Order: sequence, then C-alpha cells, then structure tokens
Amino acid sequence: MKLRVALPTHLRTLAKVDGEVELDLDPPATLGSALTALEVRYPVLRGAIRDHGTLRRRNFVRFFACQQDLSLESADTPLPDAVVRGDEPLMIVGALAGG
Amino acid sequence: MSGVRLLVGTKKGAFILSADGKRNAWDVQGPHFAGWEVYHLKGSPADPDRLYASQSSGWFGQKIQRSSDGGTSWEPMGDAFVYDGVPGTHQWYDGTQHPWEFKRVWHLEPSLSDPDAVYAGVEDAALFRTADGGKSWQELPGLRTHGSGPRWSPGAGGMCLHTILLDPATPDRIFIAISAAGAFRSEDGGASWRPINQGLHSQYIPDPTAEVGHCVHRIAMHRSRPGVLFMQKHWDVMRSDDAGDSWREISGNLPTDFGFVIDVHAHQPDTIYVVPIKSDSEHYPPEGKLRVYRSRTGGNEWEALTRGLPQRDCYVNVLRDSMAVDSLDPCGVYFGTTGGQVYGSADGGDSWAPIVRDLPPVLSVEVQTLP
Repeated sequence: MKLRVALPTHLRTLAKVDGEVELDLDPPATLGSALTALEVRYPVLRGAIRDHGTLRRRNFVRFFACQQDLSLESADTPLPDAVVRGDEPLMIVGALAGG
Repeated sequence: MSGVRLLVGTKKGAFILSADGKRNAWDVQGPHFAGWEVYHLKGSPADPDRLYASQSSGWFGQKIQRSSDGGTSWEPMGDAFVYDGVPGTHQWYDGTQHPWEFKRVWHLEPSLSDPDAVYAGVEDAALFRTADGGKSWQELPGLRTHGSGPRWSPGAGGMCLHTILLDPATPDRIFIAISAAGAFRSEDGGASWRPINQGLHSQYIPDPTAEVGHCVHRIAMHRSRPGVLFMQKHWDVMRSDDAGDSWREISGNLPTDFGFVIDVHAHQPDTIYVVPIKSDSEHYPPEGKLRVYRSRTGGNEWEALTRGLPQRDCYVNVLRDSMAVDSLDPCGVYFGTTGGQVYGSADGGDSWAPIVRDLPPVLSVEVQTLP
C-alpha cells in the first residue's frame, strides 16, 4: 500500500523533499509502523518526531488524520482506512506553541 | 592573502561572514538551517574547511550538521545523544532531585589534531565525543558520574555544559564548565574529572565557597600559556595561574563584574576582554552603553573600549559563546549581541564597526583565520 505523509516545513527541509511523501507500507498499517517506515526512508528524521531510544512522541509534535487527533494513541493503533487507501494523508504537525 | 571567516549561530539559523585580512568588507552567507536555533558552530583546527554545527528546535530536537567545504554545503550527521547507563538525577530549581534529560548541544569543540574527533557539551550537562566525524556520539560518563552530579543545578538558561577547552600543550588535559556546577578538569582525556572551583565565591548558593554549584559563564585561555585561565562567573571575573587549582578575583575597576563572555588576545596572553552586563536581573549594558573592557595586565586594571559602539540607548546582551578573536596581526576581536549585531575590531579592540546589524539574536560567534 502507498501511504501519504504530510510533513511540516522544517522536516521537509531536513528530508530534502517538497510536498507530501509516499511510503510503501506492509499491513497492518499502524501509526508506529508508518513512523518507522518514514524514518527508514529518511534517516535524518530519526529523533525529530520521536525521541531516540524510547520512540516517545516529542512534546510539540502532533499526528492528525481524517480530522482525528492521533497524537495520544499508541504506536499499534491502526491508521484510518482512508489513510491506508491513500485517499488522505497522515499529517505530522508542529504544534502551535508560544505567542 | 589571508582572511577570516566568522561562524555565527543565531536563534533562527547560522550565518557565515567572510573578509580578507583587512577585515573591512564582509560577505554574508546564510541563513543556513533557517528557522532553527543554532547554538554553536565551529571549525576543525586541523582542517579549516571541516565545520560542525549544532542545530536544534523545541519542536524537532537536536541535529548535528557537518560541512567539508567551509560552510557552503552541509550534511546531517548522527544526533543520538544517549547518556551512558542510568542517567540519575541532579538538583532542580526547587531543591528536589530531577532526572537528567538531554535537551540540546550547546558547544562543539573539534579536536586540535583530528578533524573527525569532536567534543560536544550538552544540556542537561554532560560531555560527549565523536571519533567518526559526527556519525555517532558517546558520552564520557566520568564527568556526570564523578560524584557531585546530584548537587548540580540549572542556571536560568538550563543546566548546560557550555565551555570546552583543550590544552594544546597537554593533549589529555581538558577543561570544561557547567552552569550551574562550576569548572572541572580532566588529566586523562575525559575519563575522570575533578572540580576546580577553589577560590570562587558565590553569594547565591547556600555555601558560597562550595566545591560545586557555581554559575560559571565562560572560561578562556591563551594557547601559549594553557595553565592560566580566565573566567567570567555569574558575578566576578576570575583568574587562575595553576590550571584551575585556585582562583582569584580580577574584577578590579569594572563597572559591574556580571557578564557572560571573556576572551584573550591572540598574541598578548595578558590582554583579556569582557563585556560587563548590568546584573543578573537586568541583562543589558550599564547606562545603555555597550562597552568592551580590556585589561592589558591580566586583570584588575580595565579600560573601556567604546569607539564605534553605541553609547546610548543600547539594551542588548552578549551571550557566553558570542566573542572570538582571530590570529591576524593586529588581532581581530568580534562579538555578537541579542539584538542581532555582530561587531568587529581589526585593531585589538581600539575601534569597532558593525559587520551586520539585523541578524536574529546571536547565540555564538567563532572565527577562523584562513591562510
């Protein structure tokens, strides 16, 4: 399956990509497997979305898809069907913080 | 013709400022890593085109970048800074114990002889080293675990290891400084450490002469005389003539002895520079006058250097890693401000001119003298 992932500006710059990225993902498609596939494809993103070692989501990074906030879901949470089909992107977002 | 290259880290990216040996016309390159905090970047003494940069973000964490062409292009390197073993705890602002947590790299110090070897000072305070050009980083845990760690506490800027001095005469000797723990020295390449804070007096800690707990802001040395150290502490400018075994105050006639930066003239080991800041609650120059103070006597007797610097309505700060000297003759002196100015002097501080005026707040300035 082809998964679409939308990255925030700073992570697109790090990964040297424009627009969304597409990932090949074997089922079952979960939040954790999608993030792992993203980091395998773009190693520079390791540590920028999840902490090294613990793989805990960084505090000011959020995961959205299909108008749902998946940020607090566990890594083995299945992704929404529309994301698995490639109709909707998994959005990785830098949280609004500050003023 | 020889030239200089300034490596400027700011709150929103890195800039490289270049000039020939006259140092009166500057080329500005950047921002690199736009939008990211660049706490520090520094070149290898063994290969001046090899640069390392610390790029960080409250959102996306720590990245390390490396250039092999003097900063024209960069490649991301390893950024897994994982403490060795169970990190343990240090003192928190309220006096309770708090777990060690990696936050960012404050300072990168390349080896004097090997372009692939670099030390990194991090927050929460620890010393890391790479031997493969930044691909992987290993902690030198003897510092964090030597025994006094639970008594270290964060300063206002965090519990950061911000100063790393490599002794050119004694390769296994390293000095580091931590805010707020103090200064430490290793004689075995970083394997073991001892605090070197005797003579420091800090009113803001329960025991003003404690072995650790002092908020050291910066240490500097002259490479020809590495046993003589100069320190800008939170308050007090200090000097040691015995590699840190003991310190004495040299604040002398400074208008205030609070400040962050301190540096040594490239050719005169007893000529030192500081930028006095009014106080720890008012982080700007006294009287709104931006003045570098120079001592030609190794301390105590200071003269204000004002020519070319704003002498009214100036309320910027000069942060601890934001002063550097080149090794041309006459010696060039440079510093950056939280107002985004980088000032340079091509005559040892007698006169100054802004190189750039409108960068983001400057976090660090390093200079390379190029052949």
